[in-house]
Amino acid sequence: MATFWIIICLILLSTAGFFLGRHRALASAKGQVPQLHSLPAYYGFNVALTTLVPSLAVLAIWLLAQPLFVETRIAAMIPADLAPRSTEVGLVMSDVRRIAEGLDIAVTQGVMTESEIQHLSVDTIDLRARLGGLGIALGSEVLPEFLVAARSYREMSQDGRLMMTLVVTLMALVGFARSYGQTHKDFRARNVVERGVMALLILAASLAILSTIGIVFSMLFETVNFFGLHNWRDFFFGSSWAPDFRGDSTLSMLPLLWGTIYISVIALLVAVPVGLFAAIYLSEYAGPKTRSVAKPLLEILAGIPTIVYGLFALLTVGPMLVRIFGRGDDGLLGVEWMSGATSVLTAGLVMGIMLIPFVSSLSDDIINAVPQSLRDGSLGLGATKSETIRQVVIPAALPGIVGAILLAASRAIGETMIVVMGAGAIAKFSANPLESMTTITTRIVSQLTGDTDFASPETLVAFALGLSLFVLTLGLNILALYIVRTYREQYD
Amino acid sequence: MSNHSLSKHRGSLLTQSSNTKKRNAAETRFKAYGMAAIAFSFLMLAILVTTIFSKGMGAFQQTFITLEVELLEKKLDKKGNRTLADLKKISTFGYAPLIKSAVGSKVEELSINTALKPKQLLGILSKGAAAQLRDFVIANPDRIGETIQFRFLTSSRVDGYLKGRVTRESIKNDKSISPEQLDLVDLFITAGVIEKTFNIDFIIGADASDQRPEAAGMGVAMLGSLSMMLVVLALALPIGVGASIYLEEFAPKNWISDIIEVNISNLAAVPSIVFGILGLAVFINYMHLPMSAPLVGGLVLTLMTLPTIIISTRAALSAVPPSIRDAALGIGASRMQAVFHHVLPLAAPGILTGTILGLAQALGETAPLLLIGMVGFIASNAPDSLASGLMSPNSAMPAQIYEWAKRADPAFYERAWGGIILLLIFLVTMNAVAVILRRRFERRW
Repeated sequence: MATFWIIICLILLSTAGFFLGRHRALASAKGQVPQLHSLPAYYGFNVALTTLVPSLAVLAIWLLAQPLFVETRIAAMIPADLAPRSTEVGLVMSDVRRIAEGLDIAVTQGVMTESEIQHLSVDTIDLRARLGGLGIALGSEVLPEFLVAARSYREMSQDGRLMMTLVVTLMALVGFARSYGQTHKDFRARNVVERGVMALLILAASLAILSTIGIVFSMLFETVNFFGLHNWRDFFFGSSWAPDFRGDSTLSMLPLLWGTIYISVIALLVAVPVGLFAAIYLSEYAGPKTRSVAKPLLEILAGIPTIVYGLFALLTVGPMLVRIFGRGDDGLLGVEWMSGATSVLTAGLVMGIMLIPFVSSLSDDIINAVPQSLRDGSLGLGATKSETIRQVVIPAALPGIVGAILLAASRAIGETMIVVMGAGAIAKFSANPLESMTTITTRIVSQLTGDTDFASPETLVAFALGLSLFVLTLGLNILALYIVRTYREQYD
Repeated sequence: MSNHSLSKHRGSLLTQSSNTKKRNAAETRFKAYGMAAIAFSFLMLAILVTTIFSKGMGAFQQTFITLEVELLEKKLDKKGNRTLADLKKISTFGYAPLIKSAVGSKVEELSINTALKPKQLLGILSKGAAAQLRDFVIANPDRIGETIQFRFLTSSRVDGYLKGRVTRESIKNDKSISPEQLDLVDLFITAGVIEKTFNIDFIIGADASDQRPEAAGMGVAMLGSLSMMLVVLALALPIGVGASIYLEEFAPKNWISDIIEVNISNLAAVPSIVFGILGLAVFINYMHLPMSAPLVGGLVLTLMTLPTIIISTRAALSAVPPSIRDAALGIGASRMQAVFHHVLPLAAPGILTGTILGLAQALGETAPLLLIGMVGFIASNAPDSLASGLMSPNSAMPAQIYEWAKRADPAFYERAWGGIILLLIFLVTMNAVAVILRRRFERRW
């Protein structure tokens, strides 16, 4: 927790800086506030921010960059014959890291001393067994090259940590000294502080961009690795999904995409009619009192966490469907169409319930945006209310409603917990809604939970799936937002 | 002829023509569809809520058995010197006979005739009973030799029997309990030895292994969720508010701010699992932060909630009328002062409401947590400090619910539903606070 203490120290220093700066400014004006260029607090903020912000920034960048720097240096040390392919370097590196961590733990527990580690040799001691005794499991025997690499890994990390502490402290002290020295009654503290705050605001706004870039790059990078190990034709155009951790898997997205789309379509078949009619009723028929009760109640459905829907699918809806469609003669229909609780229909129905409020509240807004003059015109010609709605309001609102449905569809495609718990795990092309099928999100979860090995195509395929999911939902969203926006402008 | 057909279509003020009837019927039908849609949604909501409560309330009650256990000195401390090291040598196996004889003497005391062997008598107790006894002895070595009354958990089957989940028919193929044991349980219930009472351990306790659903609790996972929410609050609130202030008050209208704007609205619709992938790739695989740590969960959820907070903060800022800014600028404030001294305080209730709603969304989110490893292990130790609360592996409430739902023993399902009740209590409270804040402080300009 060294980093934690550095941060605490920085905060203490900058708090002290605030009071010292404020005091010095007041002293320079002999306690006469009107003599100062800025309000006294600005002088304090100037010292505090100059102490804290640059040093924290350096700390953050250092923490991010050090692992990358150390790893490239260590990776270069490992002989080429131990990791012939670029992907195996990752495996070797994780072994090295494990050994280094194990040595760290051994030192903190007092089992080994630093000098002992310096003279450690794999020929004289069984390092794997000793570390295993401390609870660090190593995958394979420790090779001498690995031990050397692990040793320099530790040294570099420790040196880096020390350097970081020094540099960060120095930054803070220099910042403190400089800003404290500047503090004088004629110093334009407010302008400086405001410029600094503006920079922080811009930084905060660009973090939003940064996280998008992070999402795209983290997935793109691993996806490229995946396509280096696995044929892209199989991923996009193959016909079966059979991951096999011994190698030689067929990993095609298409059966998963089929399951995803099938479940989403069933969900939309439930959500769109119900949601649309609910929206029409609420906006065209219901009085203000009904509206004020019904709308929040409907929106509760949207606020329930998806894990609740997942449990509902797994433990309530699934068994209920089995009682209707399965169990042979014991069942309600006396048929044997459904064997387990997980199925496309289970997940689809529950997801449909979840999506009702999305469709209804979006369509409600859109129907309300249709100008009253259109309704008045139609009613004045003698149309009934329902004829007005069907022939005037809905056609006028159609683009917006389509947008709302697309947003709901993107939601359905990206939904995870309901399908993980309700849809099953078998990837296949089948039209039977009572069979269990699997989806993109389910497979991402199953490929990335447990022990993940970032060098095997079976793990990396999850990133390719994630990227496809991201592109798919992003496309739907942009399309939907575009449609809704053009529609809104039409009546503004 | 033509007259006749006319009269068929044209009604009067008193009699409706067939065409009008048809149109009116269509009108009624259409309205009925709307009402049916609303009714369907409410019905589903009602079914969902009743399912949760009817299946989950059981988790808040637990069956206990009260026994007088004699802590025999010759079994627990042969040397008689009460040193901790010696006491710790006796494993839970050494305590099982004490409990066995305690059940046996209870059976004798109530003069019950039973064909059950001592080992089967022990079967109605939780597997954790011996550990409970051992912990007591290690904590109070001076009480060895006394006879002390203990409240032990019964096994999950007995608990299920009292709650109606387990019946004599349903245990035909169940090896862990027999009808004779249930007969004994019936007698114990009438004697008041076995009772069902409120189960505080479900709310404050830790998760338990697969074998002991009766002992599993939500407390540690709640602490995990709490740590994550602290991280989210500490990061998402300042970053979100800062970004919103810049975008709403200062950003020049150019293509860069357009991109940021489009980006944020799209980020809000990215599937949550994608944030989990990001967290796995960046925080765990690249930065080597510990797997399953609430810090990582908090970081991932921060990225996820940020767009929500930015959108609601911007709405709150833009609701403050420009006259406030103009007045501040007019009396000589800088733009920054106008925003921080006047606009921000006025927008604060709206920002707070948005933040609470964002936190509520983050609290219920499960999918990203699966990828950063917050499921699949037993969260058994409560963290002892803030640092370990952030860095050491823990679970979170929704992840714990998912974990229970995956386990084979149906007794865990009751726990999962009960966990959902706890989760919903938190969510309802947060939403209620948000609504109250909005009602109390909302200003119409």
